[in-house]
Amino acid sequence: MSEGAGAAVPPILSAHRISKSFGEIPVLFSIDFDIRPGEVHAIIGENGAGKSTLIKILSGLEQPTSGTITYQGQQVTLPPNGEAAALGIVVIHQELLLAEHLTVADSIFLGREMQSGGFLKLRKMRAAARTILDTLHVNLDPDARINTLSVADKQMVEIAKAISQDARVIIMDEPTAVLSVAETRTFFEQIRRLTAQGVAIVFISHKLDEIMELADRVTVLRDGQLIATVGTENLTPDSIAQMMVGRELSNLYPPKHEPDVDSEVMLSVRDLSAPGISGISFDLKRGEILGFAGLIGSGRTAVAEAIVGLTKKTSGSVTLKGQTSDFTDVSKSVAAGLAYMTKDRKGRGLLLNAGLTPNLTLLTLNKHLKNGFLDGSSETKALERAVRRFDIRARDPSVPVGKLSGGNQQKLMLGKTMESEPDIVIMDEPTRGIDVGTKQQIYHIIAALAAEGKAIIVISSEMQEVIGLSHRVVVMRQGRMAGMLEGAEITEAEIMRYAAGIKQGGEDDRLSA
Amino acid sequence: MTVSVPEAHKAPKGFRIDLKTAGPLLALVLLIILGYSLNPAFLNEGNVTNLLTRSAFIGIIAVGATFVITAGGIDLSVGSMAAFIAGMMILIMNAAVDSWGASLATVLLGIGCSLILGIGAGFINGFLTTKAKIEAFIVTLGTMGIYRSLITYFADGGTLSLNNGAREIYRPVYYDSFLRIPYPVWVFIIVAVIGWILMNRTAFGRYCMAIGSNEQVARYSAIKVDRIRTWTYVLQGLCVSLATIIYVPRLGSASSATGVLWELEAIAAVIIGGTVLKGGFGRIGGTVIGALILTAIGNILNLTDIISNYLNGAVQGIIIVAAVYLQRGSLTSKRKKAE
Repeated sequence: MSEGAGAAVPPILSAHRISKSFGEIPVLFSIDFDIRPGEVHAIIGENGAGKSTLIKILSGLEQPTSGTITYQGQQVTLPPNGEAAALGIVVIHQELLLAEHLTVADSIFLGREMQSGGFLKLRKMRAAARTILDTLHVNLDPDARINTLSVADKQMVEIAKAISQDARVIIMDEPTAVLSVAETRTFFEQIRRLTAQGVAIVFISHKLDEIMELADRVTVLRDGQLIATVGTENLTPDSIAQMMVGRELSNLYPPKHEPDVDSEVMLSVRDLSAPGISGISFDLKRGEILGFAGLIGSGRTAVAEAIVGLTKKTSGSVTLKGQTSDFTDVSKSVAAGLAYMTKDRKGRGLLLNAGLTPNLTLLTLNKHLKNGFLDGSSETKALERAVRRFDIRARDPSVPVGKLSGGNQQKLMLGKTMESEPDIVIMDEPTRGIDVGTKQQIYHIIAALAAEGKAIIVISSEMQEVIGLSHRVVVMRQGRMAGMLEGAEITEAEIMRYAAGIKQGGEDDRLSA
Repeated sequence: MTVSVPEAHKAPKGFRIDLKTAGPLLALVLLIILGYSLNPAFLNEGNVTNLLTRSAFIGIIAVGATFVITAGGIDLSVGSMAAFIAGMMILIMNAAVDSWGASLATVLLGIGCSLILGIGAGFINGFLTTKAKIEAFIVTLGTMGIYRSLITYFADGGTLSLNNGAREIYRPVYYDSFLRIPYPVWVFIIVAVIGWILMNRTAFGRYCMAIGSNEQVARYSAIKVDRIRTWTYVLQGLCVSLATIIYVPRLGSASSATGVLWELEAIAAVIIGGTVLKGGFGRIGGTVIGALILTAIGNILNLTDIISNYLNGAVQGIIIVAAVYLQRGSLTSKRKKAE
């Protein structure tokens, strides 16, 4: 830890009793947070805990609904749209915001170009970029194009840009999520160099081991509440995981009906590898709900897409109802009785400008043909069925589905998926961004489908959901199966241990239970 | 148990005039009234027949373009393709006359070759955009140059003329009528009706709209995106071929000046008709009206001397820009409401 972390140093940036609501929905409740020069302060919490909102408020991208921000000893209102960078508060986003075709020097000075008489002083900027890169010990050519750089190098360009703006506080959103182990090492060295110069670093991470190594203090958020701010020396990864979790399961979830021990294996995956994932093996039985937990980017969606044929698998086998299946496109997997419901309902699931009917029947339009022509009345009947079955509420079926609430969109997408009458359904984030009441409806629908004899995979970033629904849970980490949990082992703390890499690999015999 | 937004189950449908649907028709009606008031000869049977026949070329091509644009593509090559196909037809028919003399079979041979060339040229555009993953704009800009240059080459910089014997046999296809409606207009009507059915009553049309609206959604909905896209270009080629088949007997010749700017007129007809240039929403009926509007503007300028006929292109240009502006205005206001 760097020497600047002593409690005697006054904070450079602090937030006092910050609350934030989006419309009616509160996302942060009276949060206190501060960062001292030369300190690394980690923010940690489950997805949806309010971490991103907090860093947006700390950098002026969002204004708090109530509460105050103090910067360099003065109470301030931070300017919006990243203008706080000029004050020395710089955010480095996870999806590095660099123009791919500019050079390194161009990028560092983008928006703050050195000019004289309307002409760019290219040589001077190049030299200045060179100097900054040298002080960071980064061996990059100022003339290199951004699109020729690795992700780690792009991150260094962002850091160089921050330094060139004389940043006092650098806020990073999951900076190591996209870095390899070696790149993470270099990145850590860089952070230590920055803190030694008195720069304050705020960062979000899900990787508990990295937080233990790098951070001086950790702030834990849960459901928009501040749980604790603790010095790292008083923490263990386990105690962090405990703080992140710890809610009681409500009656949100229907009772679980275990599938029969001898029920038929519907889907069997062996050693599946595809871009981003490798060595995936599991079985799924009739009537079973198999949860897929893990951090964002851990490869859960990639597994689903490789199984249904949206991406090419590089090796391994998929066996559907005893038949070896090699789906090369989605229409084949749908025909075989395997349906995948995407998590991205606006980008991949629904045509937002079209009405309810075209969306509902798009996957299964062939069922609504009469002598080769579309049969409108058959489509209308399908919509009436789906509206009843999934309680889809719209004032008019011709209203563009983009205008429906998230919950109704999700139910419509569920209806669309179930129109193909699949035996096996993979649901990716089935309740993302919808209200609690609709969530409960969807949980009961999922349980009912399983009771009907469907085999279901639920991929979810909400651990409560995975725990509340699943008979067994696969925990993914960095494209591999970190563990397979059953029965009483399915707890948030246990899932977190596998997801964050504290615990490795379940016993092999369980993977194919 | 629900906390969801209150949304009434099914409100009764009120009377709504959809400006987007009615707009082009309204514009055409206004144009007809304007034309008649400026010169009553505008609505003479002869002039109306002439106007419809002229609009058939652009209209038929524009029906094909409606599918391409609805599925999120663009085809700039149609004008050059028409010139190229016309030239090849004439060369083939002339060669056939040299070998076997002029007969109905000669003309049928020419028509057959036109269909094959049109479908083939469309397939090449489709194949290059979907399989080689080159943007449609670039692919068709390339093929546009290729066909234009090929017709110039085959005509040796001049004009290719159809053998007189063959022309006599072929002539009625453009100049004769059935039930007082000229054959080109019949072809236009049939193409438009089939196009409308394809777009609105078959899975193919639905898939075109889905792909143009959001390709990812289409892919995740098990639609064979590449295959459907390729089909739209093939359909476009077929439409160009049909337009050429009725065009060749009109003058009996083809040159490097044949079909110049047809691609722009076809795209303009599609856009004026209410199809969205970015794709996702296609209206065959609108396209037909769009083609009629474009032809009527030229016709009215011919019949009156308020504005010089040389300004035909300028008036058309203003109409196109105005149509797109109105379209975008209605779309953004819709989007604002959604938020």
